[in-house]
Amino acid sequence: MPTVMLRNNAAGQLVFYVTKKDHEETVIALEHLGPGVWGGEMQLSDGSRFYLEPLDQPPKLPLTVRVKRL
Amino acid sequence: MSMNRQETEQLIQEVLEVYPEATGKQRAKHLMANDSSLEKSNKCIVANKKALPGVMTARGCAYAGAKGVVWGPVKDVLNISHGPVGCGQFSRAGRRNYVTGHSGVNIFNDINFTSDFQEKDVVFGGDKKLAKLISELDGLFPLAKGVTIQSECPIGLIGDDIEAVAKKSAKEIGKVVVPVRCEGFRGVSQSLGHHVANDSLRDWVLHGRDDDQSFEATPYDVAITGDYNIGGDAWSSRILLEEIGLRVIAQWSGDGSIPEMQTTRHAKLNLLHCYRSMNYISRHMEEKYGIPWLEYNFFGPTKIAESLRKIAAFFDDTIKENAERVIAKYQPTMDAIVAKYRPRLEGKRVLLFVGGLRPRHVIGAYEDLGMEVIGAGYEFAHNDDYDRTFKELQDGALIYDDATSFELESFVERLKPDLIGSGIKEKYVFHKMGIPFRQMHSWDYSGPYHGYDGFAIFARDMDMTINNPCWQKLKAPWQRAGAETLQAVA
Repeated sequence: MPTVMLRNNAAGQLVFYVTKKDHEETVIALEHLGPGVWGGEMQLSDGSRFYLEPLDQPPKLPLTVRVKRL
Repeated sequence: MSMNRQETEQLIQEVLEVYPEATGKQRAKHLMANDSSLEKSNKCIVANKKALPGVMTARGCAYAGAKGVVWGPVKDVLNISHGPVGCGQFSRAGRRNYVTGHSGVNIFNDINFTSDFQEKDVVFGGDKKLAKLISELDGLFPLAKGVTIQSECPIGLIGDDIEAVAKKSAKEIGKVVVPVRCEGFRGVSQSLGHHVANDSLRDWVLHGRDDDQSFEATPYDVAITGDYNIGGDAWSSRILLEEIGLRVIAQWSGDGSIPEMQTTRHAKLNLLHCYRSMNYISRHMEEKYGIPWLEYNFFGPTKIAESLRKIAAFFDDTIKENAERVIAKYQPTMDAIVAKYRPRLEGKRVLLFVGGLRPRHVIGAYEDLGMEVIGAGYEFAHNDDYDRTFKELQDGALIYDDATSFELESFVERLKPDLIGSGIKEKYVFHKMGIPFRQMHSWDYSGPYHGYDGFAIFARDMDMTINNPCWQKLKAPWQRAGAETLQAVA
C-alpha cells in the first residue's frame, strides 16, 4: 500500500508520484473519472497498475492517497 | 568532435573490462550513452543505489545533505551537530553560502555548535546534555529564531529520543526546535538527507505562522526554493526576479530565515532551482497551500531568457512585458560577453560530474559560450533527474551515475576533455593529469554564476581556467615539439 501524491503536470496529465521512492509516472488510464465517482483502477505509463479506493467526486489536486498495487 | 552513441557505448565497455564480472555488470547499469529522444530513464539507467564495496565514489552522507545542504544556509537558526565533534567541524563554513548579518549576533552559519559526544554520552544517552545545550544556547544567542538538532550517526545507534527533547525545549525557550533524523548511515547518499531535512521543515517549521494573518501579501509574491546562495547565487537571481516586478518573499534556504519560511505560504509561485533537494517541500506546499511550483534555470542568457518568460507566463501582462524588457536590457551586455569569450572558448569540450542539478543546468551556459558538454554525471541523482537530463544533453554524450574514481579517470584519459567541472575531491587528480578544472560545487571560490551578472563571471572563470598559460608548462622544454631544433642550436 504505497503512499502516493496525485497531481496534474503542466501538460494537464495526471501524475502519480511515489514520495518514498522519488518515482514519478503519468497515469495513462483511470477507471472512474467522475462525476459522482473518481478513482478505481489506474494504469501507469510504465505498465504497472494500482487501485485507488474510489472517491465521491473529482478531488482538488494535488492529493496524497494510499493505493494498492495490482 | 563528439562521439556517437556506438562509440560511447564501446568506451563504456572498454572501461568496464577491468572490473570483476559481478561488479562490471552492476556498474554497466549506471553508465549509458545519451539518447535525447528518451522521456523516461528508468529503463536505461539505474540511479540512487548503494555504491559497491571496493570502489571509491564521491558521495556524502545523510548528515551532509541535511545539515550541510538544506539547513546549513538558514541564517538565523543554531544548527547543533548532535554527536561527536568532527562532523560539525569539518562541515563548518566550507560551502560559501553567503548570508547578510553579524556572525554570532543574528546569523550563525559560520559557527560550529556541537554536543561533542564522549564515551559516557554514548553509554548513558545524550538527551540531558542536549536539553542543557539548547537552553545554554538560547541564553548566549538570544536573537536566534530557532534551533535544529542535526543527528550524527551515534544518535540513531543508541536510540536517543531527540524529538522529545525538541518538544520540551521548544516550550522552554519559546522558539522553533527541530529534530532532524539525518544520521549519516541512513540512505545511500546525501540525497536522503535532503529528503529528511525537507520533511523536518514540513513537520516542525512550515506551519508555524498559519494562524498569523498580519502578512500583507501581493499578487506578485514568489519564493525561491532550492537556491543555496553559493557565492551569492540567490542574490543575483533575486534581483532579476525583482526587476521583472515580482516580490521575493522567501529564500529557501540560502540567506533564508525561519520567519521567511513560515510566510512562504503566501507566495503565489514557488520557483524551484535545485529540484533534487527541494522538490519534496515544494510538492508539499502545492498540496497544502495550493502554491504551484516551477523549475527554472538561471545559468547562461539563453536559459535565463527562457526561464524568465516561463515565470512571467504565470502572472499578468505587466510582468510579461517587464520580462521582455529585462531580457532586452541585458541582451547587449550578454552579446558583448559572448563576443569576447566565445572565440577563446569555441569548441572546447567539457566533462561534468557534480551533484543534483548542475550537470544539466549549466549545459546551456556552456553552449552559450560555444562549448560542448561531452559527458555529464551526477553523484546522487535519482531517475527523475536523468529524465530531465536527456533533453539537455547532446545525443551520444556519456552519462555516468555515481561514477567511481577509476571510471572518471579512465573516461578523462580516453575523452581528453578541455575542461572538467567537478568537486574538490576530483580537482587535484585532474590538475596532475594536466587538464583544466573548475569546481562546480563551490564555483572554485568564485561566483555567483546565476543570473546575468553571474554569466559574466562564469565566462571569465572558464576562460581563465582553460586558457591559463600554466597548462603549456606541464611538459619539460626538451619534451615539447620542436625540441630537436633547440638541441641542434645548442
